[in-house]
Amino acid sequence: MTPPEPFLGDTVHTPVRHHILSVLVENKAGVLARIAGMFARRGFNIYSLAVAPAESDARFSRVTIVVDAESAPLEQIVGQLDKLVNVVAITDLSPQDALERELLLATVPTEDATRGQLLDLAAGAGASIVDVDGTALTVMLAGTPGACDALERSLESFPEVELHRTGRVALPRLGRTATHEE
Amino acid sequence: MQLTGAQALIKSLEQQGVDTVFGLPGGAILPVYDPLLDSSLRHILVRHEQGAGHMAEGYAQATGRPGVAMVTSGPGATNIVTPITNAHMDSTPLVVITGQVATASIGLDAFQECDITGITMGVTKHNFLVQSAHELPRAVAAAFHLATTGRPGPVLIDVPKDVAQSTMDWWYPASVDEYDLPGYRPTIELDEDLLDRAVALIAASRRPVLYVGGGTLKSRASAELLAFAERTRIPVVTTLMARGAFPDSHPQHLGMPGMHGTYTAVTAMQRSDLLITLGARFDDRVTGRIAAFAPEAKVIHVDIDRAEFGKIRRPDVALQTDVATALRAFDQSGVRSQPLDDWWRELEEWRERYPLTYEEPEMDGPLRPQHVIQAIAETTEPGTIVASGVGQHQMWAAQYWPFEEPNTWINSGGAGTMGFGVPAAIGAKAGRPDRTVWCIDGDGCFQMTAQELVTARSEGIPIKVAILNNAYLGMVRQWQEMFYDERYSEVYLSPDLPDYVKWAEAMGCVGLRATNVKEMADVIDEANAITDVPVVIDFRTDASEKVFPMVPAGASNDDIMVHPSQRGAR
Ligand SMILES: Cc1ncc(C[n+]2csc(CCOP(=O)(O)OP(=O)(O)O)c2C)c(N)n1
Ligand SMILES: [Mg+2]
Repeated sequence: MTPPEPFLGDTVHTPVRHHILSVLVENKAGVLARIAGMFARRGFNIYSLAVAPAESDARFSRVTIVVDAESAPLEQIVGQLDKLVNVVAITDLSPQDALERELLLATVPTEDATRGQLLDLAAGAGASIVDVDGTALTVMLAGTPGACDALERSLESFPEVELHRTGRVALPRLGRTATHEE
Repeated sequence: MQLTGAQALIKSLEQQGVDTVFGLPGGAILPVYDPLLDSSLRHILVRHEQGAGHMAEGYAQATGRPGVAMVTSGPGATNIVTPITNAHMDSTPLVVITGQVATASIGLDAFQECDITGITMGVTKHNFLVQSAHELPRAVAAAFHLATTGRPGPVLIDVPKDVAQSTMDWWYPASVDEYDLPGYRPTIELDEDLLDRAVALIAASRRPVLYVGGGTLKSRASAELLAFAERTRIPVVTTLMARGAFPDSHPQHLGMPGMHGTYTAVTAMQRSDLLITLGARFDDRVTGRIAAFAPEAKVIHVDIDRAEFGKIRRPDVALQTDVATALRAFDQSGVRSQPLDDWWRELEEWRERYPLTYEEPEMDGPLRPQHVIQAIAETTEPGTIVASGVGQHQMWAAQYWPFEEPNTWINSGGAGTMGFGVPAAIGAKAGRPDRTVWCIDGDGCFQMTAQELVTARSEGIPIKVAILNNAYLGMVRQWQEMFYDERYSEVYLSPDLPDYVKWAEAMGCVGLRATNVKEMADVIDEANAITDVPVVIDFRTDASEKVFPMVPAGASNDDIMVHPSQRGAR
């Protein structure tokens, strides 16, 4: 296994030495609790975690976990994860080999005076407006974690923003390889 | 063939070759106890579910086969969490079956409902909540497979009452492919490059030590270890979990390492330039302060569980395989070690200067605990199995009992569970009725699980229990004496309350007592002559006796404290 390389991207929510584990698991009751419990028990930090049905086979789900490779050596995290019987395969992506995307939704209360400012900001960030009423706008951004961070920071100047992020999903960049653990 | 889930469960256990189940029934598991009446399985009715779990562990440690326990839901299930945790820490193969409330009631706080799969997630290798009678055979087959392959451990099967009561068409998985374990691959091939690197380290080392852990016993590698050690002349240390993996009488055996290890074993590791680590995990009780542990040693780490690599100490070469396979591969490589004469000269000098020692007992008492253990060992037949509780008596048993054979030491290592001894000894005797089984127990430990002697008597399991009665929670007392200015807080128990002889008799056992050396010899002879019922001996030992050598918690192994009579000689 290659040692983690520093990620030089501009993020507030992930440490420099994060890694992305794409984990194929059996689609059985309690699997997520087993994974989360193991991380908590061993003191490994999770930055985000996203779950979805696996592409090809209804028996499996794919869990994308962004881990802090500073809280413990990556091979420790992967080794302990691999011991969970319901974990079928682990793909380890270092940030420079990964194509990472995340979804951000934010409802921003606006007045006439600030609405234009928000629309400009959203347009500049490549976000779209997905809901509107007289008192607020909801903006959506699907982008890199860095882009989501940047938008989140710019929205800090608005009061009482309700903001949710999904945590990232990732695939290897074309032409790059991930480390597979079967 | 139509069977109920309960019948299918019992039949599945038979299919796995189970001969003994330790358990206690109750509401949710009731359906399963009915077909037990028609089965050839031996069920041993315990007096507390913790006893069932430790018995299953003792059975497993003595026989090398998985231990099986069966209990009801709720409190029955929570009572067995301690043994499950204990087995998890010591990698003991167990299959524990718990009753559960009916599937329709799960989540409704039904009577005696508890989320036992949730509770035991962190202390089992895996667990199952079975959803249908049809799934039961698969769950049982998978549980035994998981418990016994790779790194062994406890597996729990939670069986809702309606699953046990409903019917199924009998089937049994024909092979591993039908176990539905797509994520479980316990064996991997030995990496030849890494093997070559390990062999090169062995060939270059001038101060190697074979650091032998419990994984060596699990992989039944004693014969391979003996052959490899003798061919290379490399000295051997056996951890608390590995006592018996290499004969104590062998001149290359330096004894047990760790907090209460021999001076020579501890210091050999400290000065070593190569630790050949065989199924051991650098437990803090072995390493002392990790930053100061074996500072000059390179590390070869052989383990079936790769998560052990680098968990505590970074290995120079990590071989993910079982110990027997690794030792055979070392042997086939034809590796020779360097001339180890200088190393052995040094080791012999330490061995001569700092043997295990204690003061002779006075003729009219009190007894020396170490002396009692040696006296029992000298009079018992070879191959005797010895179990222990947790505390000073455990350390003395590990130090002074002469272990010659694998699977003769039944002990709670990783968890340090007081009360383990009596039920574990019963389980060991149930699994190996041909062997004499002694339990070296503490007075504190005995009071935690002694009621299982009722089980032993009624089931005809004649174990022998030596209580080293120092009237104290002795190990805690030792720490308070040495590190808390002799401020004794809540450690005194009394030598006479309870009256252990009367208590033994009330449980249908023979009760004996010895207060001095003469009585000691007599009661041991008497106990050895009794083979039909359990015997309990109350040995009155010196409360001030302490376990030495000792590395204080958190200290460097270099700061090992030897017996007071050996101090100043250094
Ligand atoms: C269940 C449990 N509770 C508490 C402890 C902490 N503890 C370790 S040794 C010990 C004293 C054991 O006393 P005894 O059985 O009399 O053995 P001795 O040390 O006197 O030989 C205690 C309280 C433990 N290991 N296990
Ligand atoms: Mg005591």
